[in-house]
Formats: sequence, structure tokens, C-alpha cells
Amino acid sequence: MALQTPADDVLLHADGLVKRYRRTRRSEPFTAVDGIGFAVRRGEAFGFLGPNGAGKSSTMRMIACVSPASAGTLRVLGHDPAADGALIRSRIGVVPQDDTLDAELTVRENILVYGRYFGLPRRAVRGKAAELLEFAQLTERADSPVENLSGGMRRRLTIARSLVNDPEILLLDEPTTGLDPQARHALWDKLFRLKRSGITLILTTHYMDEAEQLCDRLVVMDHGRIVATDTPAGLIGRHSTPEVLELRFHPGAQSVMAEKLADLAVRTEVLPERLLLYTADGRTTLTRVLARNADPLTSLVRRATLEDVFLTLTGRTLVD
Amino acid sequence: MNAPALREFSYRMIRYRRTWRGTAVVSIANPLMFLLALGGGLGTLVDRNGPAALGEVSYVSFLAPGLLAAATMQTAVLESTGPVYESVRGRGNYRAATATSVQPFHLYQGHLLFIAFRATTSALAFVTVMLAFGLSRSPGTALALVGAAALTGVAFAAPTVAWAVGVRRPSSLDSAFRFVVMPLYLLSGTFFSVDQLPAAVRPLAWATPLWHGVDLCRAISLGTGRPAMTIVHLCCLVALTVTGCAVGRTTYRRHLHP
Repeated sequence: MALQTPADDVLLHADGLVKRYRRTRRSEPFTAVDGIGFAVRRGEAFGFLGPNGAGKSSTMRMIACVSPASAGTLRVLGHDPAADGALIRSRIGVVPQDDTLDAELTVRENILVYGRYFGLPRRAVRGKAAELLEFAQLTERADSPVENLSGGMRRRLTIARSLVNDPEILLLDEPTTGLDPQARHALWDKLFRLKRSGITLILTTHYMDEAEQLCDRLVVMDHGRIVATDTPAGLIGRHSTPEVLELRFHPGAQSVMAEKLADLAVRTEVLPERLLLYTADGRTTLTRVLARNADPLTSLVRRATLEDVFLTLTGRTLVD
Repeated sequence: MNAPALREFSYRMIRYRRTWRGTAVVSIANPLMFLLALGGGLGTLVDRNGPAALGEVSYVSFLAPGLLAAATMQTAVLESTGPVYESVRGRGNYRAATATSVQPFHLYQGHLLFIAFRATTSALAFVTVMLAFGLSRSPGTALALVGAAALTGVAFAAPTVAWAVGVRRPSSLDSAFRFVVMPLYLLSGTFFSVDQLPAAVRPLAWATPLWHGVDLCRAISLGTGRPAMTIVHLCCLVALTVTGCAVGRTTYRRHLHP
């Protein structure tokens, strides 16, 4: 289309979005998502980073139109989930956090059944299934039951299944949680390929390396709120120094040492096992620390990561 | 019933392709054993004491249609509890299917349709055994029996499915079976006429939905049906089905789109 306005490019838009749950009919409502706003453009890879219970999955369920918003506005592909949920769902793909494959059916049958739920013609789904199995490198396993598959294979199948309706947006809730490093990297490769093909990726993660690898832009969530929005590099630049010096002292000595060394760093952070010194130049800072005869048990200079951003913003680590 | 509901039905059928042989054996063996043991064994004792209490019919003729209704109810409730619970809490398909363009109520409809299919086929197997025992008067009667039993099954399945979608613990399913299904099975006139109950409890038996199914099947089988009573039975069973559907519409939405 020649006349594409920028507004057409915003596939996802939220403003003041709230989700409240009641555990039982009589209990007090619990606020999982507390008034968040964001916008995602076509072709972006957009991430929600935060610890468990931050409200990421609740947000994803609202975007996936399987959980009505309690307040605020949400537009997905220009439509209102409250009115056009089924229509929106027919144009998005969902990779849920937990495995919802049918373990008794074969790999291929799982895709066929899922395609049929979208009302796609039998013949079309057959062709699509072959193509997706190829993409997920599961062609050889097409006719074996899902229960014989490894965790990584199951996740690849779940992703393949989510693509059966040629979605414009793919929602991935903790896509690599529980996978070994090799399977994670294999999965990231698949997601890069999808992104290059033009699919908009929305993902949640509590892995900072995953967020840095996959996301063009991300929001950091904590207690149902968004505490920062930017590119991964932008977040690190804004909320952390370029480098971090990690020091380990005898148990219990970290806070004492933090006070002694505070003037050497822009900011210090005391963790149960480690002392973090935020600084522009880790090596120089380490030299100064050693010059004071501080004698750490171990020391490590590293680049700042999103973990540090999260620590700065919330005072807590991502993975407890 | 509409197209999206049929997608859930066809998923259930794909799964059933793997297990139908086992259920077919059970559907035949179950009535065979019950009719042999209770009809043949116990029936001989009952008949010896004078069949007047049963309206001048043999015990096995009296028992078979009641057992048909009760067994179909049992099959329908079994299909309405575990599989529905698994579809929500276990690695079931509801959570996967809700991400597609189907709506929660479509899943309810499609699953109920599958249970109706299971109730019908197991009733068909039961009636086939009755025919083999010479317990059905004509093919027309046999067909009417299948229909009445299947309706009894669906009347139980509709509210049970609506309830099971919100169940949090599998022990609740067991309790429902122990405290609702078994008492109904035993006390709704399956094994004896409710007229033999003390007068005070009799209205209680009339109020149980299974009694309507049992009495309907028995009236068809023995040819003792009165039009007014038949209409009452049909209305009760249909009302239970419709109520179940109305509740299911709400519970499925509430639990699958929380």
C-alpha cells in the first residue's frame, strides 16, 4: 500500500491497562497489572522483562484476548479485544508458557488439530503442517507421539503450531524457560528467522540475556507497573554505568566493605554473596580497591547488563 | 450447533479413534455381566416370590431398561468429569484451543456433542445386548430406548460439564461420583420400583432426574407408557439439558477467559 500512515504501523497499543483478579468469589481483588501503557510497531521485537509475578503473563493474556481487561484501553491490530476477540485471535499466534500440546497425538496431528480450530481447510492445513515441521526441524518426528519428544522439541513444535494461521503478531510467554543452553540458542535462531520474515514478536522473559538478544525495545515491569521503557542498550546507558566490578568478601563482610569503598564507585549494591561497584572503568576501580588493601576473595570486571538495570530500578535481582 | 463447535467435536473424535476399541468392549461386557448376574441370578429369586409387585413381568425385563438409563448416565458423567478437568488443569486442549478463534462456549458445545455421541453409542451397545437376551419387543422400541437413554445421558452431562470446567481439585470429581452419581444409581428405581419406597421418601425419588430417565426407558420397554407421564419425563430431561447449557455458557467463559 502506497499510503501507509504511521498509525497503521502500530499493531499494539495500550493505555492505562489494568487487570484485577479474584481468587475466589469472596476474596479481595488482586491487581496483577496496574495501569500500564505501551505501543508496538509492525516488525518490532518487543519484550516484557520482569521477575515472576510482575504482571507479564497477565498482560500477555489480555493481548491474546483470553482475559478481558479490568480497565483501560487496549487495541490489537486496530481492534478492541472486548468486541472482536475471535477476529484478533485468528490473526495472532500464541506460544504459552506451559506446554499445551496433546501428548497422545502425533507431532503432525497436533498441528492439524490446531489449524482446524482456526477453521482452516483440511487440505491447506496439511500443506502448512509439512512446511512448519520443516521449519521446526521435526519432519522426521512427524508421526511419533508428542510424549516421546524432548523439551526443546516440544517448544519448537509449540512455536510451529502457533504459526499455522500465518499470524501477524507472535506472543511468546517465557519461550526458553526450562530449556538447556543449547536448546535455547537453537530456539533463538528460529525466532530471529521469524523476525526477519516480518512477524512482530512480543515476548516476556526473566532472562536478561534473552531480552538483550531478542528485543529491539523492552519494558521493565515490577509489581504490575512499567518502571522503564527503552532499547536494551538505552536502558543500560540510562540506568547503569558501562561497567560493573563484582567483589566477593567473607560472608557478612559485604556491607562493611561497601561503606569503605563507596567513594570509588558511582553507586554500590550489596547482594548476599557479592558487592557490586558501578563504574565507568572497572579495571581502574579494581586497582584502587586493591591499593586500599581491601583484599576481596574474588573479583570480576564485566559489562553492565539488564540485570543491573533491574537492580537499580527495583533494588532486587530478577531471578531469586 | 455451529461450525466452531464441530472443530472441538472433531478433535475429540481424533482422540477417540485411539481408544474406541476399549470403550466398545466395556459397552458390551458391562450390560452382559449385569443382566446375567442380576437378571439371571438375582432375577430367579425375585421371580419365584411372585412377579405381581413388578407388574407381572420378569425381573430381568423390569431391570434391563432401568439399568440402561443408569448405565448411560454413568458413562455420560464419567466423560463429563475427568476429561473436562484434564482439558483445563492438565495438559488438556482447552487452554490451547482458547488461543484460536473459537469461543469458550464453542468448546462447551463441541465437548457436549462428543459426550452425546458416547452416550448414544454405549446405549446402542446396551440395547443390542437386550435384543440378544430377547428383552426388546421390536426394532422401533429398541430405537426409542436408545434415544431415551441418550437423552438421559445428555441431561446429566450438560450440567456436569458446566460444573467440571471450574473444578480445582480432582478429589471433587471423586466426591461428585460417590455422593451424587452412586446414590442416584442405586435409589432412582433402577433395581426396584420406587413405589416400594416408604411413602415419605417417594417424592424425593420422583425429584431425582435419573428416575425420569429410568421410568421413561422402562415405560418404552414394557409398553406401559402413559402420554402425560412421558411428556413430564421428556420435559424434565430437556429442562436439565437446557439449564446445563445456560450455566455452561457462563462457567466456560468465566474459567477459560478469566
